Amino acid sequence: MVGARRRKQHFSRIHAFSCGKASFRGDHSLIGGPGFSRVVYCNDPECFEASLHNYNDNYVRSTKYTLATFFPKSLFEQFRRAANFYFLICAVLAFTPLSPYSAVSNILPLVVVIGATMGKEAVEDWRRKKQDIEVNNREVKMHQGDGVFEHTKWMDLKVGDIVKVEKDEFFPADLILLSSSYEEAICYVETMNLDGETNLKLKQASDVTSSLHEDSSFQNFKAVIRCEDPNANLYSFVGSLELGDEQHPLSPQQLLLRDSKLRNTDYIFGVVIFTGRDTKVIQNSTEPPSKRSKVEKRMDKIVYFLFAVLVVLSIIGSIFFGIETREDLENGVMTRWYLRPDETTIYYDPKRAAVAAILQFLTALMLYSYLIPISLYVSIEIVKVLQSIFINQDLHMYYEEADKPARARTSNLNEELGQVDTILSDKTGTLTCNSMEFIKCSIAGTSYGHGITEVERALAWRKGSPLAQEVAVVEGQVKEENKEEKPAVKGFNFVDERIMNGNWPNEPHDDVIQKFLRLLAICHTAIPEVDEETGRISYEAESPDEAAFVVAAKELGFEFYERTQTSISLYEFNLSGKKVKRSYDLLNILEFSSSRKRMSVIVRNEEGKLLLLCKGADSVMFERLAKNGQEFAEQTKEHIEEYADAGLRTLVLAYREIDEEEYVKFNEEFTEAKNVVSADREEMIEEVAEKIERDLILLGATAVEDKLQNGVPECIDKLAQAGIKIWVLTGDKMETAINIGFACSLLRQGMKQVVINSETPENKALEKSGDKTAAAAACKASVIQQIAEGKQLLASSNENSEALALIVDGKSLTHALEDDVKDSFLELAIGCASVICCRSSPKQKALVTRLVKTKTGSTTLAIGDGANDVGMLQEADIGVGISGVEGMQAVMSSDIAIAQFRYLERLLLVHGHWCYRRISSMICYFFYKNIAFGFTIFFFEIYASFSGQAVYNDWFLSLYNVFFTSLPVIALGVFDQDVSSRLCLKFPLLYQEGIQNVLFSWLRILAWAFNGVLSATIIFFFCIRAMQHQAFRKGGEVAGLEVLGATMYTCVVWVVNCQMALSITYFTYIQHLFIWGGIILWYIFLMAYGAMDPNISTTAYKVFIEACAPAGSFWLLTLLVLVTSLLPYFAYSAIQIRFFPMYHQMIQWIRSDGQSDDPEYCHIVRQRSLRHTTVGYTARFEAKSRSSEERGEGHR
Amino acid sequence: MTDPNRERYRIRETAFYLFTQQSLPACKPVLTPGWVITIFLFMGLIFIPVGLVTLRASHSVVEIVDRYDIECVPESSRIDKISYIQDDSIPKNCSRFMKVRKYMKAPINIYYQLDNYYQNHRRYVKSRSDKQLLHGRKYHDTSSCQPVELNNGQPIVPCGLIAWSLFNDSFTFIRERAELKVNRKNIAWKSDRDHKFGKNVHPFSFQNGTLIGGGKLYPKIPLSDQEDLIVWMRTSALPSFRKLYGRIEEDLDVDDVIVVNLMNNYNTYSFGGKKKLVLSTSSWLGGKNNFLGHACIIVGCSSLVLAIVFTLLHLKYRR
Repeated sequence: MVGARRRKQHFSRIHAFSCGKASFRGDHSLIGGPGFSRVVYCNDPECFEASLHNYNDNYVRSTKYTLATFFPKSLFEQFRRAANFYFLICAVLAFTPLSPYSAVSNILPLVVVIGATMGKEAVEDWRRKKQDIEVNNREVKMHQGDGVFEHTKWMDLKVGDIVKVEKDEFFPADLILLSSSYEEAICYVETMNLDGETNLKLKQASDVTSSLHEDSSFQNFKAVIRCEDPNANLYSFVGSLELGDEQHPLSPQQLLLRDSKLRNTDYIFGVVIFTGRDTKVIQNSTEPPSKRSKVEKRMDKIVYFLFAVLVVLSIIGSIFFGIETREDLENGVMTRWYLRPDETTIYYDPKRAAVAAILQFLTALMLYSYLIPISLYVSIEIVKVLQSIFINQDLHMYYEEADKPARARTSNLNEELGQVDTILSDKTGTLTCNSMEFIKCSIAGTSYGHGITEVERALAWRKGSPLAQEVAVVEGQVKEENKEEKPAVKGFNFVDERIMNGNWPNEPHDDVIQKFLRLLAICHTAIPEVDEETGRISYEAESPDEAAFVVAAKELGFEFYERTQTSISLYEFNLSGKKVKRSYDLLNILEFSSSRKRMSVIVRNEEGKLLLLCKGADSVMFERLAKNGQEFAEQTKEHIEEYADAGLRTLVLAYREIDEEEYVKFNEEFTEAKNVVSADREEMIEEVAEKIERDLILLGATAVEDKLQNGVPECIDKLAQAGIKIWVLTGDKMETAINIGFACSLLRQGMKQVVINSETPENKALEKSGDKTAAAAACKASVIQQIAEGKQLLASSNENSEALALIVDGKSLTHALEDDVKDSFLELAIGCASVICCRSSPKQKALVTRLVKTKTGSTTLAIGDGANDVGMLQEADIGVGISGVEGMQAVMSSDIAIAQFRYLERLLLVHGHWCYRRISSMICYFFYKNIAFGFTIFFFEIYASFSGQAVYNDWFLSLYNVFFTSLPVIALGVFDQDVSSRLCLKFPLLYQEGIQNVLFSWLRILAWAFNGVLSATIIFFFCIRAMQHQAFRKGGEVAGLEVLGATMYTCVVWVVNCQMALSITYFTYIQHLFIWGGIILWYIFLMAYGAMDPNISTTAYKVFIEACAPAGSFWLLTLLVLVTSLLPYFAYSAIQIRFFPMYHQMIQWIRSDGQSDDPEYCHIVRQRSLRHTTVGYTARFEAKSRSSEERGEGHR
Repeated sequence: MTDPNRERYRIRETAFYLFTQQSLPACKPVLTPGWVITIFLFMGLIFIPVGLVTLRASHSVVEIVDRYDIECVPESSRIDKISYIQDDSIPKNCSRFMKVRKYMKAPINIYYQLDNYYQNHRRYVKSRSDKQLLHGRKYHDTSSCQPVELNNGQPIVPCGLIAWSLFNDSFTFIRERAELKVNRKNIAWKSDRDHKFGKNVHPFSFQNGTLIGGGKLYPKIPLSDQEDLIVWMRTSALPSFRKLYGRIEEDLDVDDVIVVNLMNNYNTYSFGGKKKLVLSTSSWLGGKNNFLGHACIIVGCSSLVLAIVFTLLHLKYRR
């Protein structure tokens, strides 16, 4: 027992991140008080005391509704919409005599519309329910008493249950770790679902329970845990374990959170303390902010506008009605005696004409309700869901390697994708793969590795080699890749026969190389995982860089294969080229932190020598070298600069031998520092570490490439051509960011760079002196000054049309985002062609996003892949998550997830453009068709003394929106294409239509509304003039109300459907079916309805068969009205397309002329650009050709 | 799986693929100048002849209109026409002369025309009971007929304002001392006679109230045979309307003078409405109305003009 105890202490010495012993100091005194009242009876959840507490069960519900609440709740949701509420009021009023139509006919469309929306809600909720069922029915082994563990469903877990979780299982609830398969009762946990971090976290149980390794040891286990109440804080926990009479403290170190995963540990035992809704992860889940697109916001305004029109029409109508009703009795004598004004109800009472007018106002509100498109919202929702299905289905956005299609997580924002003005992109994992590749290294002053990086390729181009050379380089690269039929080791792209394949002992300085590689294999925190079948080893590392190092060491002959808590074992080649097994006693790990910028391990080798192995950033490492350890410093520095220029991440490696005495002293201090429980613990540890990490001997430097993803430069180029601004917000350091900027053509030579940097020597000096406020003030002053200088440069560059690039570092950004500076900062940033913010924190990313969004009012799209991008994704108008390697956090908070950055091109230029076009034309058309219909009703009122009699049959009225005109609109919204996807990508400038919102400008909307009024006017007046009072057919019969109604309605159906056919330029069978089908459907309906019993069909009884169809004038009138109504629009669009074509129409011209493959012609159209592009390689090429032209002219 | 099946499966697969990838074969018309000019020309060439044919049809109709509402009130009563029309003791007969200016081929439709009469007023339109018209007194729920629903607790058949305000001027036509035969059958829609007005429904307690509205019905004749009522109950769409009164089944020659003896019973004076008597033949398009023809010609001409203007513009401004 004593031995075991010692080992445990020993272990905690290794892991600096395990925070010492929890003690009863501080927060623990709060236990039992308010907020800390939870009592858990371990292993005895059924006991009397436990039943008093009545904690939540472990059932987790993510559904919005239950069976009981579905109807009330979802109905409430539906009627919160102003338009739906209005229709509800109309439906209620339809039962009163106020109603101009029968109640049933009025309610049916509302029921259909509300039913459809509720159906959609129900389906969505059912999906969530299924997911819930799946989660809640997962099984875990639970203690059933007598030391027997059996599978139990998650939802049946209760507070106090003991569970056994096995390797790679999720924790079913928040648990307190009691023991694990490891002697030391530690376990590794992956918290990707919680915070998106892929590295494993270490947890360790309290000493008192760590010996419970067997199932049977829980037979008589009894304990009481007292702890804090459920809360959302993931990183704090306070509790105590009462075992017998003793109390033991509990800390976050013992807490295992639901939804995290057990890794590298065979099993653990834990006791359930928080269940279901009480768990930290559920307490943490917040509703994602609901986003609405700009188009939809404007649509609301149009609906309100239509409401205003409706009210105005109703007021006009009711005033006239009031006047005419008052005149029905003149001095007690009836004028329109046939209306019996002497014996009337309040609705038509001439004596109380004012009241009658007010009531008539309500009637009119109901009658003209056809101005408001009842089915608009539900149609749009249906359309958007279908659009997102198309996005999800697009094979061009399907990433085969990872089997990941694009996924539109919300369908709300489809059309917003067509209006993006600024893209804010993360760098690592978004522009780059986030798979680090070991590509070069410098050992003992010699540089190894022939690989060519993307950046180098870009650099070669930058240095003025013409296009041909570039192609040659690319081809060369391709050949090279073909030549080496490598078994593609992930993270390793190193080619140099000098040290590969065990050749390194032949190099000069072979001892240094050996040390170098050994250091790579030892100095890390990775964990090896041996595949039992193949024997291959893979590594679980905190960061991809680290994995790259271990892999590189392995590939070069230093294979790390086992880590215990106290040792690291390798297979290594010795100098004579033999493979030997060596293991090193692991004594301490000095963790990496962003302030230290280095990490070290202290090991004892088999010869008993103590070694400190250290790797870190060049800025901190060179100053720590020993005087005699700088042999290769000059060359190494040179190489590092070279590597950085090539866009690589560099680290310097160095080591030191420590004598025993020094180590003992260090170890004491270090242990002490770690066991301190106070705020400056970190600092103390750092201080101690500082003392030992000195006098290092330089070995060399490594360079890993953060590879650009496939197609990123091309994609950025296309997006830039489309006029989208691209900002890069990265946490990386400035040099790396600039290099990547060059690699993806966001920066180019000849572009003036405005660098705002706070890392100036004066600032540093001030900071060192400790006066923080003064330092901050000075820093801010310098930022302001730099911004002002940048602006001057901007003003001068505007004159000679030079492109500027703005590069800001994180600290400057903090000051630049302060309230008084941010406006001028933004002004500068908008003026620049590309903007790169380095060293920015997640919060700063979000702040920048908000700044751009709110101040410029343009649509922003944020794209990122990591948990640090979540803020940005939620803040932006559209958040696009990359479902890459860094966990699902970004995807979970995104609106649309794609697998690769390059899919953004298609997502925006094709789907975005289409969706924008579809939705905006769909809304315009909706308003058109409802205005056209509504105004015919209004015009008729003029001839019916505004009494509220509808010209159409009740069912004609109510089915207009849901039946005869709805399907073509949906077809428009789902299938319409102005330009095929190929041409969308070929002419990226087309995207400007969305950014400038030309398809949904107020002018266009009003023009459509005007067209609607015009159509209504033509339809109505032509019909009443043609069917005036004379006979309308051979037999001499005259047209009554029902004949006129049916005729007018026929005209309306024809006109609105043909208007649709005229305004789209894309007909598949579906369009044909819906448009012409809508018209045919109307005739079928008219016949079917007319054939019903007169009690049902009322005025429509046989109206078509008997009266209309045999009459030549009916058909002639329909044709005439149709042509006349469409003539104005046709003439307008013919002239507009011919003489003032919009961009998409130009492309349609090209296509129909068959010139889309004629490069020159296309170029001419491209030249019609609204502004010239400033970034991307096309721009680079243009800039170059421009300058060479100028040079040529100069010569002449 | 047989071969055709597999083939069909493959086609379905391909179609589905094209559908999900949004690349279904599509017709993508572009409004090229050629098309535009063709369409304009085509419309012009279609509509001008159609308009001419329509106009011709309209011109072939002979129509005689005679407004009689003022002339048929004696000079002495013209100051207060309302009390004249409401005074039952004064005989209301009146004679009008109509001269035939053009040969009229039988059948000649006789219409009465009312102006400023809102048969399309909501209160008026709703004030009827279709079920009572079909089923008679068996049907009790006639609340829609307010205020002409009951008379002394007895249901009125047919109830409602429309029936109550039945037009009751009557006309007889004499040509050269001989009465012209007027056929007053088949003036209503057949569907109305057969399916909306009951064959066994007889008027009951109709026009028995204190306030008499319009015409009376023959109590012995079922509603389905009272075609005047059926015609009247098809409410008009506009405040100025004609209703079929009957048909003269003899040809009328040029310069025939027809004497119309009419009973000027119906009160349009209260609301300033006009009454007219119309004799009209009909063409394949119905009665006389030049509107359709004119509209067609105008649309056709403007299409032609647009075609020319567009062509000129197109030629002048090259792309």
